[in-house]
Amino acid sequence: MFKGSLTSFLFIFMAFWSGVILSETEGVFDEYRELLGDDNPAIFVIYDGEEIWFAPGGPKSVSLEQCDLGLGPGIVEGAYAQLPRYFADVDRVQDIEARLEYCMVNLQGRTQDSIHARPYSLRGDLGTELEALVAWIADQSNGLDIAPRQAHAKERASYSLGETLFYYRAGPHDFSCATCHEQTGRRIRLQALPNLTTHEGAGAAFGSWPAYRISQGIVRTMGWRMRDCLRQQRMPELIMGSEASIALQTYLAVNGAGAPMAAPGLKR
Amino acid sequence: MASRIRIRAQLKDDYCEVKALMRHPMETGMRKDQSGATIPANFIEDVQVLHNDAVVMQAYWGAAVSANPFIGVRFKGGSQGDVVKVIWTDNRGDSGSGETTIR
Repeated sequence: MFKGSLTSFLFIFMAFWSGVILSETEGVFDEYRELLGDDNPAIFVIYDGEEIWFAPGGPKSVSLEQCDLGLGPGIVEGAYAQLPRYFADVDRVQDIEARLEYCMVNLQGRTQDSIHARPYSLRGDLGTELEALVAWIADQSNGLDIAPRQAHAKERASYSLGETLFYYRAGPHDFSCATCHEQTGRRIRLQALPNLTTHEGAGAAFGSWPAYRISQGIVRTMGWRMRDCLRQQRMPELIMGSEASIALQTYLAVNGAGAPMAAPGLKR
Repeated sequence: MASRIRIRAQLKDDYCEVKALMRHPMETGMRKDQSGATIPANFIEDVQVLHNDAVVMQAYWGAAVSANPFIGVRFKGGSQGDVVKVIWTDNRGDSGSGETTIR
């Protein structure tokens, strides 16, 4: 009898203790965020992005002002929150990165190769045009609900492809996204892992990217996050704006629909 | 690169709280880029916070401070409307500054 109650006491204590460890590590980082308050270094990148949007660029020397991000040419406010979505002019679903690429090619006359040469910053870079544009455009949706459309058949197909990829185990470690992201309350090293199969987890994740990565001193996009997750799984490189990249983002956006956009976020 | 500083100064109970976010790569000189070439050192060495042109805080920084550094400073004697200025100088001799008024 005594032994039984002692054991159950220990179990309760251990459950409590592991809970404390997890919340404490998150707590320190929350404290850090609070200390910085509104002073997310992403603010500088947002300014850059705004400048780039209105500045003439490419061989045609045209700005991106007439770029249609889904709400009509030139409408940026609220545009990020409704992506990824289907665009009739290309007859496919696009995320912000693929759409910006489309506008850079079609409005500004740039080549796809020039955009794909370095979409995301490498070590020592101070940020790319794409990262700055995405930061500014996402900031224009701050506080709005994540609201990707699922009206078109291709939008639904993108979601189901994303779901398939999310659970698809492959590579030398036989990993899938789900290996790390389908359980609640887990962490890798000291990083809490969101459960991306739940509305809460997916909403918080989708809503906080793009984000300033403190460890890198750079704003990273959701597309980069997808690519880096696949890199960590030892998968082939995920191409920016590819069907797979967009599908994974669609999967997360739809799972998190209704949660508020709070980007650019601040990450480790 | 734009030498921007985002700066805020707010009067609290009996002190003024200054918060400043500086845009700077803070390269240590130890990192290598993708091709293996060393990225040259470029970091802030001196930071000053001025209250109506009087230095209230001076810091000597080095390569260990993060990129886009953020500082918080408290000093006494400020009143609303006073000018607070933050100035940094880096190892290349570049400098940046920003100013605001205490609110």
